[in-house]
Amino acid sequence: MPSTLCLSDLDQGATAVIESLPSGDVALTRLRELGLLPGTRIQLVRRAPLGDPIEISIRGSLLSLRKKEADLIQIKLT
Amino acid sequence: MPENSPKDTNQFQQGPPKEMIFALVGNPNSGKTTLFNALTGLKQKVGNYPGVTVERKEGECFLTHGEKVRIIDLPGAYSLNARSPDEAVLRDILLGRRKDTPKPKRVIIVLDASNLERHLYLTTQILELGIPCILALNMMDVAQEKGLAIDKDALSESFGGIPVIPMEASRRKGITELKQCMAQPEIMAPEFQVQFPDEIRSGLKASWASLKNSGVISSEGSLLEPLYLLSDHDPTHSGIKDDQLDAIHQCQKELAGKFPGWEDKLVAARYDAIYEITQKAVQRPEEPDSTFTDKLDAIFLHPIWGWATLLVILGVLFGLIFKVAEGPMGWIETLFTWAGEWVGSRMNEGDLRDLIVDGIIAGVGGVVVFLPQILILFFFIGMMEDTGYMARIAFMMDRLMSRVGLNGKSFLPLLSSHACAVPGVMATRTIDNAKDRLITILVSPLAGCSARLPVYLLMIAVLVPSDEVPVLTKVFFLLLMYALGIGGAFFFAWIFHKKLLKGDGAPMILELPAYKTPAITAVLWHMWERTRIFVRRAGTVILGISILLWFAVTYPKSDNPDPSAAMEHSFAGKVGKIIEPVIQPMGYDWKIGIGLIASFAAREVFVSTMSIIYSVEESEEIEPLRDRLRSEKRPDGTPVYTPRVCLSLMIFYVFAMQCLSTVAVVKRETNGWKWPLFQIAYMTLAACIGALIVYQVGGMLGYA
Repeated sequence: MPSTLCLSDLDQGATAVIESLPSGDVALTRLRELGLLPGTRIQLVRRAPLGDPIEISIRGSLLSLRKKEADLIQIKLT
Repeated sequence: MPENSPKDTNQFQQGPPKEMIFALVGNPNSGKTTLFNALTGLKQKVGNYPGVTVERKEGECFLTHGEKVRIIDLPGAYSLNARSPDEAVLRDILLGRRKDTPKPKRVIIVLDASNLERHLYLTTQILELGIPCILALNMMDVAQEKGLAIDKDALSESFGGIPVIPMEASRRKGITELKQCMAQPEIMAPEFQVQFPDEIRSGLKASWASLKNSGVISSEGSLLEPLYLLSDHDPTHSGIKDDQLDAIHQCQKELAGKFPGWEDKLVAARYDAIYEITQKAVQRPEEPDSTFTDKLDAIFLHPIWGWATLLVILGVLFGLIFKVAEGPMGWIETLFTWAGEWVGSRMNEGDLRDLIVDGIIAGVGGVVVFLPQILILFFFIGMMEDTGYMARIAFMMDRLMSRVGLNGKSFLPLLSSHACAVPGVMATRTIDNAKDRLITILVSPLAGCSARLPVYLLMIAVLVPSDEVPVLTKVFFLLLMYALGIGGAFFFAWIFHKKLLKGDGAPMILELPAYKTPAITAVLWHMWERTRIFVRRAGTVILGISILLWFAVTYPKSDNPDPSAAMEHSFAGKVGKIIEPVIQPMGYDWKIGIGLIASFAAREVFVSTMSIIYSVEESEEIEPLRDRLRSEKRPDGTPVYTPRVCLSLMIFYVFAMQCLSTVAVVKRETNGWKWPLFQIAYMTLAACIGALIVYQVGGMLGYA
């Protein structure tokens, strides 16, 4: 298994914990405000039919984001 | 009697109002608008906040004992750290920074109970401001379906005992309780503060002092104002004056230098506090049940069934637009023809009669005839928004749209524009990213709308008369024009995305809300409201231009009874001749020039103008005009309407703006003349260049 995985690598339906996401990035600050913080459990619910964006479940809510941002979010499997 | 009809106006009551004002705030998809509709019973005024393209909605509400209060529906937001004009407006109103709207004294925060943690983020930010608040815990049914048990007393306790009202706004459950609560003479101010890390607190204090010195903020001692101003990353900086921006940027730099990632730390602190609250107030099931929405999404977002569903829905939509709208469109045409004849028979012959019949009735009729299509589109768009399916379309189409720098939410407006750009442009309100929205507005009129169809059909008939070539050839040319329109829209979207506009760095975020049964009354009302705005805005412009154009083709009068000769003698004829040298490289003569000028307000006018110029009796049939055009010769005896002239003309209509209704709507949606004028300029330029290339390259290749 590779040492670092990012959110977009996750299988459909799989769950992981956010390990880190770069600090100080404007786009990622907004994702933090939506609850994507280090230590939070995250599930990849589905991918769009064309593979991008992805829908995730976090803190009991669903949210869709693009792979471009999901690629920056490091996760670890539980 | 309260005023029943909604008003489209930017002017709101000035001076201190007699009634109590409540501000409705909440995340997007919190059901805020549904609650607003339930409270105000659609007695609403819709307008724009001055200087920004953010919709302002205000309404009246009668409480349980008949007390009248006013409700302002503030823009939806995820956070007071503004990332968009909408969020900036909300922040500025809640901080009392906007002159047009006083700081609200009472706030109703609408939360989606089934997404409580996320919605508590904005909620806790607002509670910290200390304004008396009521929490409207909406969508309790969805929360229940998810198996969540929410203890409203524990929630209330966490914020110092403020009122919490569980409700289902879409089924009007909890409205009475909310109104009773609103009627209370005193509403408690919340007591709640998230503990910031100490070093950031002291950093903010320093910034506060320096911002106060430079006059950016007023004398109040709250740290929250600099906090939200300093975390402003909205490039439009709505509400912040340019001279204040430097001071803010300076402080931003200092804070970021001293405390790297300070904003992220504050977010984490807030979520820690929220986690503690929900631990006390919410019980979650061990294994979440799959909800109705999950089951529907398994089909609607399926790699195969998802596309099939989308195709069927869009097929039905376009079937309705082009087939069902046909009947009413015919009736409207008949009505206007009849009205013209009626007026004509009752007035004495003369200029006034001609003005009313040929100018006003014909001109306005030409726009009103598209109303059935526009109504159907507004209705469908409203239904898709209200059921939640719209977000699914955006989810499926995002990848494709992102190729040209747009996002999935631009898909439906662009698609709608293939019937009519007016509802397309108005539907861009759902695009929350300001840049994507503007680009979508700018390229929407390139989609092949139904007003282009008569022009295309005429030109194709002249180009390939049906008795000589198979029908498929005609279809090919028609599809080619639509493809060029779509290609053009994508191309210009990409150019504008790369070169023209700065992005705000906000990530594309989509929420796929729970499906729900649509509130038909609200959808119908919304449709009516949008249509009324269109008729009022476009109607006045169209009326004016119709009169002007009528004047241009009628005066100065000639003694020649032949209408064709009279038109040659008119101002339009003279202008046609003046611009002939300019349009000649595109293959056009002055007669076509008249057609281009006359159809500036509406493309389909080209066909009727050509009928007048060539003295062809106007009729339903295309053949008489087709044959007349085919036999038209230049002074040197060669035919005017050669294949490359026909193609050049079609290309011109693919790209040219030639629609004043759209101009009027774009002006409204972008809050000024800058963008509609830019749009006319770039589209006309593209049209001329396209037509020029077709004609000139065609000539080089040896085509006639």
